[in-house]
Amino acid sequence: MGLNRKDLLGIRELSVEEIELILETAEPMKDIIGRQIKKVPTLRGKVVINLFYEPSTRTRTSFELAGKYMSADTINISTSTSSVVKGETLKDTGKTLEVMGADVVIIRHSASGAPHILAKHLSASVINAGDGFHEHPTQALLDMFTIKEKKGRLAGLKVAIVGDIMFSRVARSNIWGLTKMGAEVRVIAPATLLPPGIEKLGVTPYTSIEEGLCDVDVVMVLRMQLERQQKGLFPTIREYSRLYGVTAERVRLACPDALVMHPGPMNRGIEIAPDVADGVQAVINEQVTNGVAVRMALLYLLTGGGNPHEAVN
Amino acid sequence: MKLLIKGGKVIDPVNGISRIADVLVDNGKISAVDKHIGTDGAEVVEAAGKLVMPGFIDMHVHLREPGLEAKETIATGTRAAAMGGFTGVACMPNTNPVIDNQALVEFIKSRAAGEGAVNVYPIGAITKGSKGEELAEIGDMKLVGAVAISDDGRPLMNAQVMRLAMKYAAMFGMPVISHCEDLNLVADGVMHEGYFATVYGLKGITRLAEEAMAARDIMLAELTGAWLHIAHISTAGSVELVRMAKKKGIRVTAEATPHHFSLTDEIVGSFDTATKVNPPLRSEADVQAVKEGLRDGTIDVIATDHAPHTVEEKDVEYNYAPFGIVGLETAVGLAFSGLVRPGVLSPEELVMKMSVNPARILGLEGKGHLGIGADADITLVDPELKETVDVNRFASKAKNSPFDGWELIGIPTAAIVGGQLVMHKRKLMV
Repeated sequence: MGLNRKDLLGIRELSVEEIELILETAEPMKDIIGRQIKKVPTLRGKVVINLFYEPSTRTRTSFELAGKYMSADTINISTSTSSVVKGETLKDTGKTLEVMGADVVIIRHSASGAPHILAKHLSASVINAGDGFHEHPTQALLDMFTIKEKKGRLAGLKVAIVGDIMFSRVARSNIWGLTKMGAEVRVIAPATLLPPGIEKLGVTPYTSIEEGLCDVDVVMVLRMQLERQQKGLFPTIREYSRLYGVTAERVRLACPDALVMHPGPMNRGIEIAPDVADGVQAVINEQVTNGVAVRMALLYLLTGGGNPHEAVN
Repeated sequence: MKLLIKGGKVIDPVNGISRIADVLVDNGKISAVDKHIGTDGAEVVEAAGKLVMPGFIDMHVHLREPGLEAKETIATGTRAAAMGGFTGVACMPNTNPVIDNQALVEFIKSRAAGEGAVNVYPIGAITKGSKGEELAEIGDMKLVGAVAISDDGRPLMNAQVMRLAMKYAAMFGMPVISHCEDLNLVADGVMHEGYFATVYGLKGITRLAEEAMAARDIMLAELTGAWLHIAHISTAGSVELVRMAKKKGIRVTAEATPHHFSLTDEIVGSFDTATKVNPPLRSEADVQAVKEGLRDGTIDVIATDHAPHTVEEKDVEYNYAPFGIVGLETAVGLAFSGLVRPGVLSPEELVMKMSVNPARILGLEGKGHLGIGADADITLVDPELKETVDVNRFASKAKNSPFDGWELIGIPTAAIVGGQLVMHKRKLMV
């Protein structure tokens, strides 16, 4: 059974069953990554295009490897080398890629909703690899996969997301996913970085990190975009770090076996202390590996995959 | 040349008429309104089942000429007006160049006389180049027919300049039309700030951006005695501010657009840039407050803020698209469907807001009523006629309407300008 949809644009519109299907499909995919010969023929003859309008290392590489491990032909396009710099519209760029045979277009864009525009105009599948501060569905899926792998479940867990909630697509996708899967989600940020109406998404906002981290099972740290400070949303990086940096002392407020996560890239010493990032509770490297597995699962399911175990064998 | 509009229900609140009657037009003026008027060689417009009303005037339109003709021209914009049942439009000065002197006002007027399908009333800029620094030649523009001054699209952030402008405009009895938007509070927002902006990951525009400047301008109107007209009011708080100001006797009027009483911010989730407009589509509570403001008379006028843009400009990512919705060809249908049919406004009240009050605010002699000798500007609406909005059939150059595909009930069937049929039976006659 594949996913009964053309595109993956966000977690908000996914059902619990769809999330479960993706996470289950990612398990056998992860086995492939651990093999000596990391290649299965599942997507042979399929063309997967990474269309990245924003710089990215891990997400782009992760999608590219996911495609390659499954024998798809993968192409990367970044804005600096595409016709975008010549003023071509998103719709025209998408159409051009499609008529060259793209089966899946993976798009990252600084404008929220860009993948939705593309999806409306293309018959190829579109995967949102992060749009503005709207959604980053594959990050949330890999985060949920990682939590489930470590904790055995999602339902009933307390998860705190710390940092720039206002401008974070990672936060939004995780909020939709985790709340759908029955976790209790808290968001921790200075009041100027808590978006209006956030509690209506089913989360509890905190401005005190000490209160917010109390007894949680997962601490999810967000990257602080350094330009936020210039917009006056908080006074200095120094003060932010002092009030909201995830330090070893603060992690001790959480459950003793709490996981520490970060979507990367990290600003060590700002939102996360180096000893926490490298500590025993951190699962940041596992997140990266699982990212490849989850993206393999998605590519497979969106291109109409059958039994995932067949795909592996 | 005579025109006889036969058998319609005449709604003329200024003259206290709301009954079935014939209207005879002779030489561009109303010559008789009576039960049965003989044909006597007049061209007959059958109006049975239709409402016959003083010509609708849209006092907030962007015709984009000069300089932005790819979006709209006086020729196409006035044809869109005619199709929408309007017999007159007031056009905003934020063209290129900005309409900030007598010569440019005269340019608009001569263009409109040559190519326009309906009456065009130019609005002048408040400051030179709309830069918000020095006053434009307001008196000079008034002399050649500018009907108001406005900073539409480029709000006057400097309160002292606004104060001087209001004091100065008050000498000429010209209304100052304020686009209330504190640009600092807008902070790069692209939609209404609230739950949906949070969900869609788009930067929000707080209600305060509008309300803070509305409050400022109301206080300046009190101080200067000028006539303040607040454009495209969109929030519950602004409606309340105008209500309070009117109670205090401050000279303030206000308009609301059809999109602000018809749509909420939830619709932005389509990322369709036709929903991107300034002020933004607000919450359900704001929509209800705007309707209540229309109902209780706080809001005097329905105006479209017809803001045409090219397909190329709008067919981009949400953040990059320009703000604006075209409204001329959907306004009457939305007003009948959304206000008159549900009983928010009576047809008489609608005529006040779409004809009588705009004529009064803009100081248009002979407009806004169907008394003997008045200009024969007449709008006919079939309150039961249904039409599905199809942007590809718009007379406007622009297609940026979020109402594409909506079925509206209550459609204009004729527009008569100075005794000339410019639109009849949903077809342009010019």
